[in-house]
Amino acid sequence: MGVLELLLETGFWVATVRMATPLLFGTLGELICERAGVLNLGIEGIMAAGCMGGWCWVYLGGSLWGAVGFAAAVGAALGLVHALLTVRLGLSQHVTGLGITMLASALSSFAFRMLLPKATTPPKITPFAAMDIPGLGSIPFLGPVLFGQTPLTLLALAALAVTAWVLYRTPAGLALRMAGENPMAVESQGLSVHAIRTAAVMAGSALMAVGGAFLTLAAFDAYYIGMVNGRGWICIALVVFASWRPGKALLGALLFAAFDAVQMRVQQQAGLAIPYQVYLMMPYVFSIVALVVMSRRAAYPAALLVPFRKGER
Amino acid sequence: MRLEPRQEPSLALTVLAPVLAVGAALALCSLLIWWAGAPPGRALGLLLKGALGSTFALTETLTRATPLIFTGLAAAVAFRARLWNIGAEGQLYAGAVMATWLGTGMLDLPAWLMIPTLFLAGALAGGLLLLGPTLLKTRLAVDEVVTTLLLNFVVVLAVNWLVFGPWKDPMAMGWPQAAPVVDAAVLAPLVAKTRLHWGFVIALACAAGAWALMRFTTWGLEIRAVGLSERASRFAGIPVGRAVLRTALLSGGLAGMAGVSELAGLKGYLTLDLSPGFGYSGIVVAMLAGLHPLGVVAAALFVAVVSIGADSMSRALEISNYIADVATALSLLAVLVSMLAPRWRIRWR
Repeated sequence: MGVLELLLETGFWVATVRMATPLLFGTLGELICERAGVLNLGIEGIMAAGCMGGWCWVYLGGSLWGAVGFAAAVGAALGLVHALLTVRLGLSQHVTGLGITMLASALSSFAFRMLLPKATTPPKITPFAAMDIPGLGSIPFLGPVLFGQTPLTLLALAALAVTAWVLYRTPAGLALRMAGENPMAVESQGLSVHAIRTAAVMAGSALMAVGGAFLTLAAFDAYYIGMVNGRGWICIALVVFASWRPGKALLGALLFAAFDAVQMRVQQQAGLAIPYQVYLMMPYVFSIVALVVMSRRAAYPAALLVPFRKGER
Repeated sequence: MRLEPRQEPSLALTVLAPVLAVGAALALCSLLIWWAGAPPGRALGLLLKGALGSTFALTETLTRATPLIFTGLAAAVAFRARLWNIGAEGQLYAGAVMATWLGTGMLDLPAWLMIPTLFLAGALAGGLLLLGPTLLKTRLAVDEVVTTLLLNFVVVLAVNWLVFGPWKDPMAMGWPQAAPVVDAAVLAPLVAKTRLHWGFVIALACAAGAWALMRFTTWGLEIRAVGLSERASRFAGIPVGRAVLRTALLSGGLAGMAGVSELAGLKGYLTLDLSPGFGYSGIVVAMLAGLHPLGVVAAALFVAVVSIGADSMSRALEISNYIADVATALSLLAVLVSMLAPRWRIRWR
C-alpha cells in the first residue's frame, strides 16, 4: 500500500487529528506566551502536571470535565509562578522555564508515587468516549474525522478560534501582541506590561496543561511517569514553524501528526527491516528540520526574552 | 513596598541569600514530606545521615557528585557565553558511546595512555554533537535551546538501538547493555571497597582548569565578553562566531567526559541508566554556582548530598525518592530569586 492510498483513508485522518490535539493545545499555549514576549520552557513540565492532575481528578472520583478544569487550574498556577519570576522579577526565562519543568515533572511523579505506592500496573480510568452526534457524524469523511473524536478535540479547535479572534480582533489581543513587540508603547497607553504578560503566561500555561490532560483523559486511560515524552519541546519548535500564527499552528500540528501517523503505518508494514528506534527518532529529527527550514523567515516577537522594567530604557 | 537598585551589591546578602534560599526550598520540601505522612525533622536527619553519616555514605556522595561536576561545568561555561546548551544529557551519552566504541577491544593501549585517549575521544564526541546546533545558531539563527533539547531524545534512542541491537553483549544474560570496557580502560577506585573512582579527581582537575581558562586566558575573556554583550565584543574586534564555537567544543567536551567517567569509573559498560538526567541536573548545579567553575564543585556536592541523602531517607520512611528532584528544582528556583537580593533593596513606604 502506497502513501497516497493511505492519505485517502478516513481512518488515517481520524488518527492524525487525534494525535494533533495535544500538540495543538501546547502550541497555542506557547504561542500566546511568546506573543506577549515570554518564552515558556516550563511547557514540558506543565504538560506533565496537567497529564497527572487530570488523571488524578478522575481517579479520585471527579468528573471528566472537572478534570479538564483542574488541569487548567494547575497549569495556570504554574504559569503564575513562571510569570512572577520572569515578568515581575525579570529573571532568565530560559533557566526559570527549565526550573518549572523540573519542578512540575518531579512534583507530578512524587504525587503519583505517594498516591499509589504499591501499584505495579497503572490503574485505569474511564476516559472521554468518542462523540456520537446524530446527523453530523454521518457526513462522509468530515463526520468521523472531526465529529468522531473526543470532545477535547473540538475544545482544541474552539481554543484555536478564540485565540485567533482575541489576538487579531480585540483590543486585549492588540495589547498582548504589543507587549511582545514594543512594551514601551503599551506602557505609554496607560496599560501595564506586567499585568498583560502575567495574564498571557497564565492563560497559555492553562492550555498547555489541558493538552497534557488530553493524554490521560482521551488518548490513553492511565498515567505513567514520563508520559509527555518531549511533546512540550516539540510544541516550542512548532511555534517557530507556525511563525507565531494560530492558523499555521493548526497546520503545523496536523502536518506533524500526519507525519507521525505515516511513520507508524510504515513501521507496521516494513517490520524490522529498519530498527524501530529510527522511527521513534523521526518526530524529533523532523522538528529540528522544521526549525532549520523555517528559521530563515522567522520573525521573533521583538521583545521576546527581554524583561520589562518600568522607567528603564 | 518598592524595590530600588543598590549602587553597590551588598556583600553580606551575596553570601547569605543563596543559603537562605536553599533553606527555604528545603522548608517547602518538608511540607511535602509532612503531607506524605512522615516527620520532616526526622526526614532531614536521615537525609544528612544517608549522605554524610559514614565513610561509605560520603564516598557514595562524592561518586554522585563526579558526573554533576562535569555537566555543571558544561552548563556554566556555555551559559557564560549565553550559549544555551541544554543538551548535556545527549553529549554525555555521546561521550560514553565513543568510549565504548574505542574501549571495548578496538584499542589496545596501556592504562596510562588508554584513559587519556578515552577522555579526549569522549570529549570530542560531546563537543562535535554540540557543534551542530551551535553552527545552526551562528549561521542560520536557529534557536539552540530547542535543537539541543531535541537532540537529547535522538541520542538516547540511538543508544537504545545500540544496546538492544548491534552492541548487545551476549554475555549479559539478556540485559540490554554493551560489552564491558577492557581492564586498561577502567578507572581505579580511590578508596578501597567503595565505588568512588579516579573520575572524581579528573572532575576536580577539570573544574580548576576551567576556572583558570575563564579567568586568565584570552579565550576565557572572549567567552565572558561575548556573554556580556555580543555587540560590544564585535566592536572590540573579538571573533564572536569563533568564540562561540570554541565555547561549544569546551561545553560539549566537558559533558562528554561525564559520560566517559561514568562508563569507565562506575558502570563499566554502556546501558540506558548510565545517566538519570545528569545533563539536566548540571544546569541546576551551574546556576546554584552562579556559573563559577569552582562554585560548580560546591554546588555539585550539594545536589549529590540531596540526591544520595533523599534516596536513603525515602527508603527508610517509605517516601518516593522523587522528593530529591523536587528539592533540587525548588533550590534552583529559590536561588535564582535570591541572586536578585544583593542588587536590590526593599523600601517600605
